[in-house]
Amino acid sequence: MLSKRIIPCLDIAEGRVVKGVKFVDIIDAGDPVEAAIRYDEQGADELTFLDIRASHENRDTLYHVVTDVAEHVFMPLTVGGGIKTLEDIERLLHAGADKVSINTAAIHNPDFVRQAAERFGSSTIVVAIDAKRVAGHPPRWECFTHGGRKPTGIDAVAWARRMSDNGAGEILLTSMDADGTRNGYDLALTRAVADSISANVVASGGVGTLQHLADGFTEGHADAVLAASIFHFGEYTIREAKAFLAERGIPVRMSD
Amino acid sequence: MIGLINYGMGNMHSIAKALERAGGRVRWVDRPEQIDASIERIVLPGVGAFRDCMKALKRQHLQEVILEHVQAGRPFLGICLGMQVLMETSHEFGLHEGLGLVEGEVVPFPANFPERGHKIPHMGWNDVLLPDSAHPVLRPLAGRQVYYVHSFFCQPRHDREVLAECEYGGLRFASAIGRDNVIGVQFHPEKSQRAGLAMLESFIGWCP
Repeated sequence: MLSKRIIPCLDIAEGRVVKGVKFVDIIDAGDPVEAAIRYDEQGADELTFLDIRASHENRDTLYHVVTDVAEHVFMPLTVGGGIKTLEDIERLLHAGADKVSINTAAIHNPDFVRQAAERFGSSTIVVAIDAKRVAGHPPRWECFTHGGRKPTGIDAVAWARRMSDNGAGEILLTSMDADGTRNGYDLALTRAVADSISANVVASGGVGTLQHLADGFTEGHADAVLAASIFHFGEYTIREAKAFLAERGIPVRMSD
Repeated sequence: MIGLINYGMGNMHSIAKALERAGGRVRWVDRPEQIDASIERIVLPGVGAFRDCMKALKRQHLQEVILEHVQAGRPFLGICLGMQVLMETSHEFGLHEGLGLVEGEVVPFPANFPERGHKIPHMGWNDVLLPDSAHPVLRPLAGRQVYYVHSFFCQPRHDREVLAECEYGGLRFASAIGRDNVIGVQFHPEKSQRAGLAMLESFIGWCP
């Protein structure tokens, strides 16, 4: 049976792992290769790296990090942040990424995702959506870009559907309201997207407990759950998280 | 020496590193003359579209040398798309001809899968269901999960050429196919942590 995936996320800036709250208050949290090896040993199902600075000058640093990590761990690696062109994607894949995560560039040019999927395959293309709740009923969410700073006026659920139709194999869905709060995923958002598209959905933003991971699957209908700080600062290991999910009947891969 | 076919698509770096970690020596092959007598086995990786892969193999004149290598009885491993191109035809973006080493075709997951709650692509860790007398290369995978990511799968004409299966959305499809000295796997051993490295190690030691 297909296992539900647990994906630790590493935010990268200038070649280091960093962690912020609500996209600000960044602190240094270590060496990416060491972190990747630790997660590999704990049985993580994939790793996601997000270059939160994504400035052009630091591009080579990111490629080196990806190459370095890919030499040490043999699991799927997703890399995102600042991807603008097909050449950016090609370079990341050559560096050792298996999937790339596109956000702002997709909003600027929705056809970019179609071109990327046609050239590199749907399984390679992830569209990252940073969504924020809009006041009112029924609930609605709006897409933001530039690390959550710029509103776009685009409805997040409709956008996810469009990106899935354009060939994205996966949607990395971050609730900006939940991110950094440790109060759990925005489950209504996650479910609204997961139930309306054919692409895989990775829930992101807000995890503070193992129950939140379980909720992402059972209530949010996500295919994978992403978390950063609960794993990064050693509160829980991936193994503990999987044991917790398995006890609740959620199919997970117990690593060997 | 392992000849790793490089047709300019996909994540060659990871496969090369995984093969080395599993104990192999790797030569990247993008021209036919690089497949000489020192190449004992060939690995054909694959990410991207079927049509582009076959086009590239033809353009780089690699199709003939791959077929010669196989006909000489030397071990061949195709991974993901590298497995799919072993078939006669694929229905990905039109109808396209493959290497034809295994009779049958490549078909998509049913279009109604998402409505029934099964996402496309089939992405993530899933089983390798082996028969009692498992193929020697696949034996280390008994009871373990490996990483899949694909929207199409192989349908060999002959059941005996299905070496392992996987189940997704109530559908059983070929997880591994092959005959004689040829094997293809739908999953990514180079992305399947210890299980995948164990399989690559057994491919490196395989003498069909």
